[in-house]
Amino acid sequence: MNQYSKTVTVIKKVRSMRKRRGYLAAGILAALVLALCCAMLMLGSTIYPVKDVIRALLGEQVQGASFAVGTIRLPRMLAGLLAGLAFGIGGAVFQTMLRNPLANPNVIGITAGSSAAAVFCIVILHAGRSVVTLAAIAAGLAAALFIYLLSFRGKSFSIGRMIIVGIAIQAVCHSVILYMMLIARVSDIPAALRWLEGSLNGVQMADLRLLSIAVLVLAPAAIFMSRHLAMLELGDQAAASLGVHIDRTRIVLIVSAVILVAVATSVTGPIAAVAFLSGPIAKRLVGGGMSAILPAGLVGASLVLTADLIGQFAFPVRYPVGIITGIIGAPYLIYLLIRLNRRGEL
Amino acid sequence: MTRPKHFTKILTLGILLIVLCAAASIVFGSRPSTMQEVLDGLFRPEADSYGAHVVRQRVSRTVFGFFCGAALGVSGALMQSVTRNPLADPGILGVNTGAALFVVSGIAFLNISTAGEYIGLALLGSSITAIVVFGISFLGRGSTPIKLVLAGAATGVALSSLVTAILLPRSYVMETFRFWQVGSVGAGDWQAVAIFLPFLLVGIGTAVAMAPALNALALGDEAAQGLGARTGLIRLVSAAAGVLLCGVTTALAGPIGFVGLLATHVVRLLLGPDIRYLIPMSALAGAVVLTVSDVCGRLIGRPGELEVGIITAFIGAPLLIALAKNMKVRSL
Repeated sequence: MNQYSKTVTVIKKVRSMRKRRGYLAAGILAALVLALCCAMLMLGSTIYPVKDVIRALLGEQVQGASFAVGTIRLPRMLAGLLAGLAFGIGGAVFQTMLRNPLANPNVIGITAGSSAAAVFCIVILHAGRSVVTLAAIAAGLAAALFIYLLSFRGKSFSIGRMIIVGIAIQAVCHSVILYMMLIARVSDIPAALRWLEGSLNGVQMADLRLLSIAVLVLAPAAIFMSRHLAMLELGDQAAASLGVHIDRTRIVLIVSAVILVAVATSVTGPIAAVAFLSGPIAKRLVGGGMSAILPAGLVGASLVLTADLIGQFAFPVRYPVGIITGIIGAPYLIYLLIRLNRRGEL
Repeated sequence: MTRPKHFTKILTLGILLIVLCAAASIVFGSRPSTMQEVLDGLFRPEADSYGAHVVRQRVSRTVFGFFCGAALGVSGALMQSVTRNPLADPGILGVNTGAALFVVSGIAFLNISTAGEYIGLALLGSSITAIVVFGISFLGRGSTPIKLVLAGAATGVALSSLVTAILLPRSYVMETFRFWQVGSVGAGDWQAVAIFLPFLLVGIGTAVAMAPALNALALGDEAAQGLGARTGLIRLVSAAAGVLLCGVTTALAGPIGFVGLLATHVVRLLLGPDIRYLIPMSALAGAVVLTVSDVCGRLIGRPGELEVGIITAFIGAPLLIALAKNMKVRSL
């Protein structure tokens, strides 16, 4: 009996240590995101001190700072923050649910669907911003639904099949995009290109309305459901015997992840690699003590903001954020592939 | 050597189809030709009408299309045999994107313009990508179809972000590249055909010579070694031939996906898995697939044309989905 209670104490201790480590890591991440947000507001062609930034944010008139911070830098920062959260959380949900770190909205055609629709609206219809946004969201959802439905064979759902179907859909969307870039007027190309790599340039406050609602509603939902997600990771049967409604959980999670990713894509374009980088990094940082969904969102936000700062200031040419994340992401992706394959988990 | 059932019939059908494709490709286009123009263009070299010139151009384009299709078909067959993976295709494996990255770098940094330079860089790019993707999928314990496809797709995503990084600050490269980026046989003139021919002969010759050895490989590595086959060497030579074929095609025509996948699966469905038949017939089937897609693209896209790479993606993606649907869950 004594032996037994000793074991329990040890387990409890280890658990609370792991939990503490998780909270610590999440706290540090949150601080990092906050610091990056401040940097986004302060840095630019003129550097404003914190005091001016705060006064400008509070609505006081500060010479120069009010315009630069309020109209240009604040929307840019918020777009990066919200899109980073959305991509990070959405990507992490996908990875956990499909039990494969490589399975993310970028590789399996959901963002490609959004991009194709957006490019179509810009190049063919010459549509305005709001139409483009709505089309991108609708197409992302449609692509996800299509991929999901096609990956059934009879009643059996296979993740491997879903990935292959997704790659096929992506190939089609990609060729549509290529064709439209080919017939586009030269003047439309820059606007269309934005949808191919992701950028925070020229975001306005009005564009952020839908994204902020989506993040405020769906991110907590996904985090709340992540308890079930941990059980889903054990496999469908195990989760069912632990009392998880598999289908309901899966649908709620997939739908929220898809909406998050699609809405974020509609504002910033597909920011490469953030969706699949965030999950594994967050998991590494927080350890096994807590769900990595919220930390993944924070990692996503810090990645986007850091990459945007690098893109704006590190080179003679201003690169959009998606290029920077893509270049950071590429070697990591290859590393991930090799490591997973070594362990036979691919 | 036992022939597959109905081999003669299917071969006849294939040749008939090729002839029909050639005829369709010469007659149809964004501007339909009259019989007189076709006859002038083909048989009266002194005829100087606009229509006759159009027809002559279509002839070289058709031959070029046949070459591309054959090369891609054989390349697909080789890659599927080497990896023992029914989903292998130069487009799906990201090999085309590797070629694209090198070509873009060439246009941007080295100012390349001649076909030879395009070919050299595209070959280099596709070989390196192929080595990386095959390497990744062979590192673990055995490679499953899904592994290889995922490795290819992920590598493709990684490489295409590098392509965009190079393109974005250089709008002049974008102008050249956006036309190359969509696979098209529209630029196929006799010069391109002449450049293509030696590569095609070497590639297909190697493939045919390797076919019996690849049949042994299809039994599994142990069995093949038991039969005295040097599996490593077979893989290396066959993969090199496959990469050569798709690399040259990509250099001259731009990336055209799914032709290898389509051709080999049709042939396998009709003739069974014997690689000695699979390789030459895939060449035939690839040529048919590519030419049919090209003609369709010209008819659908009037008054311009839809590039063949777009059409093959639209035909190939459903096939990929169908293949995924029919696979056993276990093998995924």
